[in-house]
Amino acid sequence: MGGGRPRAARHLIRALAWIWLALLVALPLAVVATMGFGTAQPGIPPVRLPWGAEGWQGSLESWALLLEDDYYLGAALRSLRLAGITALCCLVLGFAMALGIARMPARRQPLWLGLVLAPFLCGFVLRMAAWVGTLRDAGWVNRMLGHLGLEPLRLLYTDAALLVGMVHSYLPFAVLPLWAALARRDTALEEAAADLGASPFTVFRSVTLPLAAPAALASFLLVFIPAMGEVVIPELLGAPDAVLLGRAIWAEFFQTRDWPLAAVLATALLALLALPLAVQQRLSVRR
Amino acid sequence: MSLLSLQGVSKRFGAATALDALDLEVGEGEFLALLGGSGSGKSTLLRAVAGFERPDSGHVLLRGTDITALPPQKRDVAMMFQSYALFPHMTVFENIAYGLRRKGEAPGPRVAELVEMLGLAGLERRRPHQLSGGQAQRVALARALARRPTLVLLDEPLAALDANLRERTGFELRAIQRRTGSAFVMVTHDQAEALSLADRVAVLHAGRIAQVAPPRELYERPATREVARFLGAANLLDGPGGGFALRPERIRIAPGGRPARVEEVAFRGADVLVLARLEDGMALRILLPVAARAPVPGEAVEMQWEADDLVPLAT
Repeated sequence: MGGGRPRAARHLIRALAWIWLALLVALPLAVVATMGFGTAQPGIPPVRLPWGAEGWQGSLESWALLLEDDYYLGAALRSLRLAGITALCCLVLGFAMALGIARMPARRQPLWLGLVLAPFLCGFVLRMAAWVGTLRDAGWVNRMLGHLGLEPLRLLYTDAALLVGMVHSYLPFAVLPLWAALARRDTALEEAAADLGASPFTVFRSVTLPLAAPAALASFLLVFIPAMGEVVIPELLGAPDAVLLGRAIWAEFFQTRDWPLAAVLATALLALLALPLAVQQRLSVRR
Repeated sequence: MSLLSLQGVSKRFGAATALDALDLEVGEGEFLALLGGSGSGKSTLLRAVAGFERPDSGHVLLRGTDITALPPQKRDVAMMFQSYALFPHMTVFENIAYGLRRKGEAPGPRVAELVEMLGLAGLERRRPHQLSGGQAQRVALARALARRPTLVLLDEPLAALDANLRERTGFELRAIQRRTGSAFVMVTHDQAEALSLADRVAVLHAGRIAQVAPPRELYERPATREVARFLGAANLLDGPGGGFALRPERIRIAPGGRPARVEEVAFRGADVLVLARLEDGMALRILLPVAARAPVPGEAVEMQWEADDLVPLAT
């Protein structure tokens, strides 16, 4: 025997991982990327692939459209802004929550982490519907304002409502990696800083924060990346005219049925997201 | 007036009592060792002086001023941590300069002075993970000394070092203490370390000071059973009027003494350790000089000691 079984098992596990990646990540990506060079046509599927019986007949039309039309650039910039602000809000709130929990006695931490995750117990759509009910023109916020004799406010279908919903949904993803890093931190370092005359704020700024920076970057990206492609929350809470990338891709696939353009948008989004990931990889390798 | 004065300091963690109405005085420029086993309260005592633990009752006075309620940053006390707690994201220079920058002082000259004093030249730009254990220990000491504190607290300062480095570093520590004139309070569980470095040694047991005395006095005249047991595994005898401590090196094997049977003999280089049992069943440790004839296991011998060598113990 002599280690033969574990090695076979190792190979099998590695092979499974590669098969998974090849079938469910690489292949669909290749299909999408290829489709971007196709041409839209009526029919099923509504696309002519870039090569057929006559060899290469692909076109760069969809890529050209992406670069020429301000509509898509605008959607990309709006998505970047929304995802950036959402991730930043989640990072700031999440850091405070994670540090608060990490400073509690160890036996009380699981309860509070559980409370952070509690929203997941209630369906995502239900949570968003609750925001709609809260913020709509005749919702309870506006009714309360009415009882106080104040003018009703336009709350739903605004950027503010969208941001509230995004932060609410993504906050737990920011808290977890930060908590994992902060709970493991060496408290002797903070004590040493205080002992050397640093005020509590200086201890935080010069010791706690810099040492948690890798976790902060990870938690920012963990929110930023899915937020870039978010479709449902903008649809339910956001302004209908402020088109985002996720919404644009959705519309090209299912409404205008321009699959090559949708594929080009999806590919461009992926490229946009690969950049911060590459930066993070570089940073974590250097450490 | 003493530099540091602890008056009736108590601290409990849940059901466990770490410090039990403890009193202690430390003089200006003194090197005091706090010696005790794990759970004796010695680390809690150090943390209460540094300001990391708030005593449940009692007072901590520094030069006559009550600092019991002061946070760590307001105390003229510096701590060297057992793990050294060097800031991993800062260079050696920035680690040493940290306390000076908090005072708004330009750190250059003082850091240069400490780098020279502790033999750290050339390491200023390194990060803590690029240092050897001995170097990290010296950086931690330099950082604690940077603000010229009147009192330096050292938590097991030599415990993380190799045995051969520990002895030399211990002498360096004492030389630096004399040079700076700061009072040092060192926590240790190693009795040889405490006896060889400190001006006075305080033995902690169950949250109280069992005895405070200069090393020699402590070694030769232990006051209680715990102190005697902790210092070099003395023999504890029951006699008329209470217990006695009898040091193993005070016992001689010579005719005319009390009969005993040798059980184990171990050559230890500098001396020979003999375990023997008296007729009444009492086991004794005996240290014989190498030059003396060593008995063999099973041999019947007679053992002698002077009446003066029996140190009466408080019960």
